[in-house]
Amino acid sequence: MGIHLDGNTMAGALAELFAVDVSIAVVECAGCGHTGVVAEAVVYADAPGMVARCSECSDVLLRLVRSENRAWLDMRGVVCLRLDIPD
Amino acid sequence: MARAAVLGRLTWRVGTLVAFRDETAAARTLVFQIPDWPGHLAGQHLDVRLTAPDGYSTQRSYSIASAVDGDLVELTIERLPDGEVSLYLSQVLSIGDQIELRGPIGGWFVWDPATDAPVLLIGGGSGVVPLMAMLRTRQRLASGTPFRLLYSVRDPAAVLYEAELETLQSADPTLEVHYAFTRQTPAGHPRRAGRIDGAFLAEFGFAATLTPTVFVCGPTGFVETVAGLLVAAGHDPHRVKTERFGPSGGSSDGHSS
Repeated sequence: MGIHLDGNTMAGALAELFAVDVSIAVVECAGCGHTGVVAEAVVYADAPGMVARCSECSDVLLRLVRSENRAWLDMRGVVCLRLDIPD
Repeated sequence: MARAAVLGRLTWRVGTLVAFRDETAAARTLVFQIPDWPGHLAGQHLDVRLTAPDGYSTQRSYSIASAVDGDLVELTIERLPDGEVSLYLSQVLSIGDQIELRGPIGGWFVWDPATDAPVLLIGGGSGVVPLMAMLRTRQRLASGTPFRLLYSVRDPAAVLYEAELETLQSADPTLEVHYAFTRQTPAGHPRRAGRIDGAFLAEFGFAATLTPTVFVCGPTGFVETVAGLLVAAGHDPHRVKTERFGPSGGSSDGHSS
């Protein structure tokens, strides 16, 4: 695998889809149960899409593929996303 | 529903290059005027999209270098080998030219001026850019929060913002800047060339017992090495925020600070 980045780099692509900033959400990994901030996930951005992996067990958390007019978001590696919604 | 938390759809805006200045032989700061720019937090980035006349389009992320200043936003672009976008932005884009931008983006790697914990900034190469936004924001707010910047850079000619860092530091006993020159030091520099290591962090960083907030930005290898050293020195991993950048491929987003 190539050089990885982190979940900060997915913030813009996720902001196209969600009404809140998902990069600061806490994600629970379906593989190992680890919880951590999306921004600190291991992200490979040099593929046709972006792949976020768990920083603990390296299982795939999210995959996001974008074409001109469509996005595919695969979240099978996520048990739960916890999003803070301030007043 | 809490309406304040709803961002609205992230949309592309048109920014106009209104000024630029060369920071080093390979890095240029670009000043864009972006109508209705909503402001940003220190450390956030934005996406840039370039579209060629034949329809080929590519986008990159860049950290914002400036503190909030109305509708003006500064990026510092370091030219990468084989970097088509960085080459275009740093060499070709001219005053009055327009490009597409969207942001601000990212709420994790940001300094909150309302917290008074000391702040340790550790940058590798152009990873210093979002850290500069934090220093400039601190200056703009006349904040007295103790800050230290540890700046790892190849050689003296590659230092970004050197004069401004010197000015900020000389006027302010609560701000320190320490350089780690990895290949070549300036004449008279008290340390030999070398990377940031545990001894460097112990000498110039804040001790873990002071519970500083730590921001580490740079190439992936740099960030992981430094973050590992910090945790080994007793820093709470939850107080060590990291942002990695590196070359991007294909048409997907890369992240260049």
